Parts: sequence; C-alpha cells; structure tokens
Amino acid sequence: MSKLSESSLAQLTLVRMVLFLREPEAVFWIFVFPILLAIGLGIAFRNRPPDVLQVGATTPQLTSALAADKGLSAATMSETDGAHALATGNILLLAIQRPEGVIYQFDDTNPDARIARLAADRAIQTAAGRRDAVRADNRLVHEAGARYIDFVVPGLLGMNLMGSAMWGLGFSIVEARQKKLLKRMVASPMPRWQYLVSFLLSRLAVLVLEVAAFLGFARLVFGVPFRGSLWQLGFLCVLTSLAFSALGLLVASRAKTMEAASGLMNLVMLPMWILSGVFFSASRFPAVIQPIVRALPLTAAIDALRANMLQGEGLARLASPVAILIAWLVVPFAVSLRIFRWR
Amino acid sequence: MSTPANSGGACTAAPESSAGGASLLLRGLRKAYADVVAVDGIDLEVARGECFGLLGPNGAGKTTTIEICEGLTTPDAGTVELLGLNWQAGANQLRQRIGIQLQETQFPEKLKVEETLRLFRSFYRRWIAVEKAIRIAQLEEKRSSRVGGLSGGQKQRLAMACALVGDPELLFLDEPTTGLDPQARRHLWDLVDDLKQAGRTIILTTHYMEEAERLCDRVAIMDHGKIIALGTPKQLIASIGGEHIVEFAVGGHATADRAVETAPLKEIPGVQSHRVDAGLHQLSVSELHTAVPRIFAALAEQGFHLSELRTHSASLEDVFVRLTGRNLRDE
Repeated sequence: MSKLSESSLAQLTLVRMVLFLREPEAVFWIFVFPILLAIGLGIAFRNRPPDVLQVGATTPQLTSALAADKGLSAATMSETDGAHALATGNILLLAIQRPEGVIYQFDDTNPDARIARLAADRAIQTAAGRRDAVRADNRLVHEAGARYIDFVVPGLLGMNLMGSAMWGLGFSIVEARQKKLLKRMVASPMPRWQYLVSFLLSRLAVLVLEVAAFLGFARLVFGVPFRGSLWQLGFLCVLTSLAFSALGLLVASRAKTMEAASGLMNLVMLPMWILSGVFFSASRFPAVIQPIVRALPLTAAIDALRANMLQGEGLARLASPVAILIAWLVVPFAVSLRIFRWR
Repeated sequence: MSTPANSGGACTAAPESSAGGASLLLRGLRKAYADVVAVDGIDLEVARGECFGLLGPNGAGKTTTIEICEGLTTPDAGTVELLGLNWQAGANQLRQRIGIQLQETQFPEKLKVEETLRLFRSFYRRWIAVEKAIRIAQLEEKRSSRVGGLSGGQKQRLAMACALVGDPELLFLDEPTTGLDPQARRHLWDLVDDLKQAGRTIILTTHYMEEAERLCDRVAIMDHGKIIALGTPKQLIASIGGEHIVEFAVGGHATADRAVETAPLKEIPGVQSHRVDAGLHQLSVSELHTAVPRIFAALAEQGFHLSELRTHSASLEDVFVRLTGRNLRDE
C-alpha cells in the first residue's frame, strides 16, 4: 500500500466515503431522488401541441365560419345549452347571432377564453369578407431552454447540492458526537482540522458523481441545454456545495442529539425550499421580502446555475450571487470553528 | 502492506520510555462541575510498568480523574504529569504516546473491524500493524465483520485494539468491562493480563472490586472525589484487620424486643470489627477457626440462635464497606 493511503487525511476521507456508500438511504436521496423528481416534473409539465379551443355558436353559419380556424373547434347549440356549456367549462366562448350582429359570451379573466375571443372574431369577420390590411405570415420556433423542465433542472440541482451537503456534514458529525466517537477521535493524535477537511474532500468526491449523474440524465432524457462554460458550472457547484457544507457544519457544531440536529436542519432548509425559486421564479415574491430572498444562499446558487445553464452567462456577470455564496461559505465556517464542540 | 521498521520486535513489548520514574504524577487535582465537586484534591503516582486501578462507586470521580489524565478535561487546579510531560506543553507528543479507551465509544456500525483499526493506526507516527492489533484483541475471525455485528465483548476488545494500535507507553482503560457478561469480562481480563505481562503501564477504572483485585498491582479506592485508600489489594484487605468476614443473622422468639449485644462479640480474640446492615451482622475476623465457635457461644449465651451464617475471604468490597459504611454496589 502506498504512503498516501496510510496518511490520516486519506484514511479519514476514505472512511467517510465508505460510510456514505454503505448507507442505502443516503445514496437514494442524493442520487436517485433528484432524478425521479426530474422525471415526474418532466412528465407533468411536458410541452403539448397547441391546444384546440372549444367554442359554441347559435347558428350553423357561425359554426362553419368558426371551424375555418384550425385553433378552434366549434359546435352548434341553443343559447341556453351554450350558457350551460360555458358554466361547466365545456366551451370557452359562445358566439350568439343577433339581428344587429354577433355577441361573444366568455369569461375575460380566463386567458384561453380571451384567445378564443380573438380567434373567433377573426374567423367570423374573415368569413364575412374582411381583408387584412397588411399581409402577415408566421415562423414557428420550439426552442429548448424555454421549457419548464429547463427552468426546474438548475433549481433541483441547487436543492440537491444543499440537501446533500447539509445532511452529509451535519448528520454525520452530530451522530459521531452523540455516540462519543468525536470524543474518542480527539483523544487520539488525529489533527482536528483533518477531521473537518475529510468531510469536505469526501463531499467533493461524491459531488462529482452526483452532479454528473443528475445533469447527464437531464441532458440525455430532456435535452436540457448547457449554454455556459462547463468548468464555470463545475465551479458554481463546488462553491454551492462548500457554502452549504459550512452551513451544515454550523448547524452541527453544538447539537448533541440527532433530533436537535434534524430540527435545526429543517429550520434552515425549509424557508429556502419555498423562497429560493426551486420550482418557480423567486421574483414572484413581494418586493418587500426580495432583499431577504436574494440574500439566501440557495437563491444565489440557483440564480447563478440558471444564468450559466440557460443564458450562458460567464462568471464575470455573476459576481453578486458568487459573492453571496462566498459570504455564506466564510462566515458560517469561521463561526462554527469558534463554537464547535468536540465532545 | 509494507512492514515499517518501527513496528518490529515483539508486538506486545513495552516501548522504552524516554523519561524515567513515574509514568503518571498527579498533584492536588481538583475539578468541580456547576455544584458538584467531582475531584477533590487528588495526589497520585503511578510507576512505569504498573497496572493501577481506580476503584469506586459510580459518581466517585473516577472518570473525571482519568479524563483529566487523558487531557480531555481541564482541571480547575493541580498538576498532571505523564511520561515526564504535561498537557499544556506536550499535548501532541503525549497523544502519540498514550492509548485510550473511553467509556461507551460507539464506533461507526457500518465500518469493518480492520477498517476501523486502519483508520486509528493512521493517526500515529509509531504503531503496531493492524494484523497484530487484531491478533492481540483476538478478533481474527471478525476482521472483515462490520462493527454493528459485533457482540458487546468484541466491541470492547475492538476499543482496546484501537487503544493499542499506536503502540502506547501508557494505556488508559475507563471501565473496560462494564456491561459485559461474566464470560466476556473474563476474556477481557486475560487480555489485560497479557498486556501487563508485556510490561505496559496500565491505568484502569472500575467499580468491580474483583476486577481490581484480579488485575491491579495497586489500587486507589475513590469516594466523593477523594482517594480514601491506596495500596496493593493485599495491603488494603489487610488494613481492615481481618482476612475473613463472618456474616450472620439471628432468629428466635427473643429477637423482636431486643438487639444483639455487640460488646461480647467484639471482645472475642481475632474479631477486628463489627457492623450491622439490614439485620445482617458482619464481623471481620483474622482467625476464623477459633473465632467462629466463640461467636456461636456468645450468641447462645444471649439466647439467640442463628438463622443465617456465611463466611468469605475479605475483599476490596469489604474494605470499601469498612471505610465508607456503604456497599460499593448500592450506588
């Protein structure tokens, strides 16, 4: 065996990884769960061909005029039946023939109904002989990168980096403290910094597998784009993981029981699951709380990951999220080194 | 695996200490927690090659004392010197030279025995091979088993192997057999015996007096943070004056309204002391064969007859009872 494998830092890191890989639940949550989540969301929000809008009309002439538009599917019905069909959501719009013209009956708070109104009016006016003043043609694009799955993959990546780093560090340390293993370790000549660094090293090793598996899946199955530089994406993943490792270390620095650690961990992570824009844009939250939302490490991480992957932004333009992540790395790490309880 | 030069020689041979004289020297040690004084002025000297026992009930301050020696707890007052070094100036060197087994360490359950030992070995500059540590602890058959699958005794032997893998000059064992069944306990005693034979200095705590008697060259009996007796087990037992203990209880119609007069009993030649505990009389006696008939006679004279009689050789338990008036196991 080589000298390297006999060094205490190598042994500590190795033991850390071996213990992680022998924990089937941890392997599931870190490797399998994000992929399952991506599959679920990919199916739920898959892009469908443009919907055909259901409309009704009170005369066969109107119905045939409406049917001329490919985006509409029209049926003839009495005004009473039509009102009922509208109320139950079977049609979006009812075109009523009156002596003085046509009345469109629809719910203007429903965007689809407003689209149906525009399409129906155009079809009826065209059938009645209106000619367009300007000739117009359509060129259709269906671009990867603008779909929901493209939006959600960087969000899931950020969430996964947060969970694996915090649980990986926090739980193992508190467990070792609770089982008096931490005390036994510091009773040996082991350099204390090596114990903490071994967590970071094994974290980074697992990180490579974790990110490669998830992003590889997203690329192959959903064709999620990678528009930014890959090494910068790697740097963002490492930085995110280290920032959350520091936070995990802080959470674990004093907790004596697993229960206390779990509680603290969820307390720290729960607001970020909601506020940091994993599943929808964080800008939907009111302006008042935006400064808080922006300052959260997960928001910064996901913003930076999305900017890299979807917009192809370089690090130079991501200075503010990167600075926020560095602050979340340095401050909790410094604090936890001061307050860490070894026994 | 390459065998380094510094692991050569007999695996159990005690390493040469650079400093002569005492392995451990405690002076005026004190430690208080909130409102409890755990260690209340302890002076102690343990020679090289000695197996020394701290004996006392739970809460006597044994663990606090040993953890101060191990550098895990800082004393409020007093000095600690190990192998001629102290924790302020020589902590790194000391950690390399002592071996420690703590009470109730749980090693990671999913790690294998040999992996655990390899990890601990990597912390030491001089060490014995993992294979040797496994052999000493008699864990050969379990080397590839996960820690979670070991029995209590095997886990304790693993803890012992982790303490040994750094080839320590001084070994601290904190309650090494607490919670083990009698067979596993005897097994561990044999292991400690081997280490003693190999000349290592061992300091152990226990609340089993038979363990202290069996293993230790010298014993300090602790109670309420103080050392109340110090010497070889033989000396301590001799100090209570009798080598034998006679225990009896009396029955008969007369017992309800009067107690046994103890003065005639104490006058019997060879009887050193007398005490009553829950109706059971205890006499420490030096000449069993002459004293017992006279005890019978003295009781018959007072109109009592015996309902119970036992004798045993005096043990450290009796020393503790004599010194504190309490049983070691009552705590």
